[in-house]
Amino acid sequence: MDARLNFLSDAAPVGLAPLHGEPPVVRLRGFTRRFGENTIIHDLNLDIAPGEFVALLGRSGSGKTTLLRTLAGLDGTDGQDVTVPTSRAVVFQDARLLPWKKVWRNVALGLRGPDVRQRAEAALREVGLGHRMDAWPLTLSGGEAQRVALARALVREPSLLLLDEPFAALDALTRIRMHDLVLDLWRAHRPAVLMVTHDVDEAVALADRILVLDEGRIAAQDRISIPRGERGELARPYREKFLQILDGTARADGVIPFPHGIPA
Amino acid sequence: MSVVGKIVNSRWFSPLALLAAWEAGSRTGVIPERTLAAPSEVAGTLFGMVVSGELPSNLAVSFGRALTGLAIGVIVGVVLALTAGLSRKGEAAIDPLMQIKRTIPTLALTPLFIVWFGIGETPKVALIAFASMFPVYLNLYSGIRGVDLRLLEGARSFGLSRAEQVWHVILPGALPSLLVGLRYSLSISILVLVVAEQINASAGLGYLINNARDFMRTDIIVVCLMVYAVLGLAADWLVRTVERRALVWRPSLVEA
Repeated sequence: MDARLNFLSDAAPVGLAPLHGEPPVVRLRGFTRRFGENTIIHDLNLDIAPGEFVALLGRSGSGKTTLLRTLAGLDGTDGQDVTVPTSRAVVFQDARLLPWKKVWRNVALGLRGPDVRQRAEAALREVGLGHRMDAWPLTLSGGEAQRVALARALVREPSLLLLDEPFAALDALTRIRMHDLVLDLWRAHRPAVLMVTHDVDEAVALADRILVLDEGRIAAQDRISIPRGERGELARPYREKFLQILDGTARADGVIPFPHGIPA
Repeated sequence: MSVVGKIVNSRWFSPLALLAAWEAGSRTGVIPERTLAAPSEVAGTLFGMVVSGELPSNLAVSFGRALTGLAIGVIVGVVLALTAGLSRKGEAAIDPLMQIKRTIPTLALTPLFIVWFGIGETPKVALIAFASMFPVYLNLYSGIRGVDLRLLEGARSFGLSRAEQVWHVILPGALPSLLVGLRYSLSISILVLVVAEQINASAGLGYLINNARDFMRTDIIVVCLMVYAVLGLAADWLVRTVERRALVWRPSLVEA
């Protein structure tokens, strides 16, 4: 296997301690979430460092959206050991813009202060929509709506940005342009990012670290040290490995069940 | 298409033909005046009543009744719908009563209202208020309950307080339903006005009609019917105008 692709086969788990020695912005210990009889998330440990870009891969029903909702504060934590920053913002798969508010008012939703319009305008310029300030959301294309949603999230300068399959409903070309935009915004603002996706290519192209969630457990994770833009050939081996993990054929030999140094 | 064909196919043709036939019937004596006055005579009466001030003053009285009743009904309906729509307790307390009230035709309450409120202005306004309350309540309540939960969740994820969620998401989301209810309430208020004004009125359109009936003045009755129709049209126009301004974000209206 490619030496750079130390995923799963490496004896020592990689990059699981905080990146810069700073305390993590997200910290979950033994987090469990049940709906009635069903355990959706099972005894999960997770750290996300400040400024780290994490992709969360998983099939439908793997618990990835539940995890994101917990981090977004949309579901209660029942007093479990969960640390998330108060400054966080979500971009949903459907942009969830309020159709009765003009674009800039959607961006400014919940903002306080005298220069709200200027801040919204700056954020919209950043996503290339400075000219659609006064448009009605229902007149936007899918890609534009998602860019407005990004602007609405970033105008809050969150220390944690949560992306819930934000590009799943977009066409392939728009998606690639959105990837570039997200990376640019991430580099400019440096929030920690947790992006839920089911697209391996997307995860490989964007993330510092990939988590694979299966049946409420982290089935695997890896840090990608190769610079973005040189990862073209990485997606295929990753995809094969993920499939093996999810099929159960690779579970025994290389899976890193939990971050290093965290008691299981 | 020939000119005659165009005229016959026009939507104006049949009403005008009916009017002409009516006029001809009256002139030839086929339609006796005590059955129905001729259109030309109705027009003359209308002109006379406007000039003498009889129609405007009575119209103002009727208009005031309808507006007062409607305002009370709409306000009460909105308050009840907000209470029931925004809280479980409110729903449990209010909704069953409103559903019971719905099964009673408002006009059937007229005798009871006369016993309670006498035969002055109060029962008339009360009937209109009572009747126009329900459409607003029902539509606004279901509008609040039908607000897109994903939008609400999105707003919640941005840290909006409950009051802000109500103001920015729930109320604007329920506004189209409220306007539908308002349109129903307006037409119902005019309907109930017609009946309520038959209660011993000494002024208003209903008074004019009752008086005209006693003197077999079918021309005055027709004039009043026309005014009722115009009131209904005006009410509809009013709500349409409000809708066009309030719902400007809707795609159909955006494109128009």
